[in-house]
Amino acid sequence: MENPIQHTDIYALAHHHRFQWEEAQQSYVILFPEGMVKLHGGAGEVLKRLDGKANVGEIVADLKVTFPDADEIESDIIGMFELAVSKGWLRKV
Amino acid sequence: MTQASLGESVVQKVVQAQNNGVAASATQTQPLWLLAEVTYRCPLHCAFCYNPTDYDKHTQNELTTEQWIQALRDARKLGAIQLGISGGEPLLRDDIEDIVIEAKKLGYYSNLITSGVGLTEKRIQAFKDGGLDHIQLSMHDITEEINNFITNTKTFELKKKVAAMIKGHGYPMVLNVVIHRYNIGHMKQILEMADALGAEYIELANTQYYGWSLVNRSQLMPTKEQVDEAERITNEFREKSGSKMKIFFVVPDYFSDRPKKCMNGWGEVFMIVTANGDVLPCHSARVLPNMQFPNVKDTGLEYSWKDSPAFNKYRGTDWMKEPCRTCDEKEKDLGGCRCQSFLLTGDAEAADPVCSKSPHHHLIEKAIEDSKNPVLAAQPIVFRNDKNSKKIIAGEFKELVDEFHALP
Repeated sequence: MENPIQHTDIYALAHHHRFQWEEAQQSYVILFPEGMVKLHGGAGEVLKRLDGKANVGEIVADLKVTFPDADEIESDIIGMFELAVSKGWLRKV
Repeated sequence: MTQASLGESVVQKVVQAQNNGVAASATQTQPLWLLAEVTYRCPLHCAFCYNPTDYDKHTQNELTTEQWIQALRDARKLGAIQLGISGGEPLLRDDIEDIVIEAKKLGYYSNLITSGVGLTEKRIQAFKDGGLDHIQLSMHDITEEINNFITNTKTFELKKKVAAMIKGHGYPMVLNVVIHRYNIGHMKQILEMADALGAEYIELANTQYYGWSLVNRSQLMPTKEQVDEAERITNEFREKSGSKMKIFFVVPDYFSDRPKKCMNGWGEVFMIVTANGDVLPCHSARVLPNMQFPNVKDTGLEYSWKDSPAFNKYRGTDWMKEPCRTCDEKEKDLGGCRCQSFLLTGDAEAADPVCSKSPHHHLIEKAIEDSKNPVLAAQPIVFRNDKNSKKIIAGEFKELVDEFHALP
């Protein structure tokens, strides 16, 4: 992969994208021109931790504490970052 | 990791106002997409406009600001989240600023769909301050000649200025170009122009034939070869330019074997409130016979969406007849577009004639043949303007609308 996700990387939502909780759908969504993505629970948990300061490693550590029973959570989180970056939903700070 | 494990693209809209398709993967009956067609008045007179040819009936009875704000609130409660403010030219109303502020307050992701005419520094600043999320600008061609011809106005220079203004205010540059015979040969130059303007998104929306564009079909339709070439150039450009500009190429349904899944299904994710308050599941639904569409002046949006007979009529697949009923692809396209079926065949429940399995498919083939007929091609275009709309209402241009089963 061209730009592997590093633990020290900091990501933020891409410009012109908005992340919000949707009551009617009971889920987090990402909104952008001409589209929207409804996020599954785990992805929403990751996205809401993007505050422009926390790096990937810190987010992984935080999620491990919050969800101690989830197996292989780290590879899921990294995979999510990879996909979100490839879709253009996230940008590196 | 697949996208499915992360989330679903609920309404990746690849087609917008000028067209009638909304591609999406999921189906759920929530009006996620609200299109507010706030006025049918328009300073442009585009030959390909999908607006109803009798729009002139709806220019004196527009909803008030308060009625629009109520509609936004009600739709939001039903789950609406993407808001398109469209028309006509929405900027002809002086209350778009108020609508934008309310949209922001309610949590919409809002989009102003405009020709750019009437966008001033003062207004764009007010939209920015009010929380408008983006502006979609229509462009027509790289040449002044074609821009001014197809829109029947001198707007070429203005559009370039407006594009710079949009960019200057930190908005993403979202361009929409309706493609037809007169500009399809300029695809590469159009993409280069979009790139030079710093566009983040461009929709190359091949004309679909409703409203004014149906009346002008023989003059607007490109050849299959031109469409294929345009798509090839688009793909080549996409490969070369990478991901900085998202390019949506909306394939024209007349040249497909299968119909589009129109609006991602009737009353599935899309709801339109028109200038006079009619609530519709698609842009041109009023052409359908024996249908009573709800109006926000009489009933609330919740009734319209959930309970009105009109919104329930073509939900799902129970209404289908052959060949759709037993077709193994019926879930994929839901039998195409009801309006197109009715306009061309006289039966709204017939398969969309675009489908090669339709017994009416010859109507599409004939339209394609007609578009190559130099006599028809040389007929004057009927531009979208108040005068022509009045004439059409009065029964003139009969020979142009005779073959259709409703006024387009």
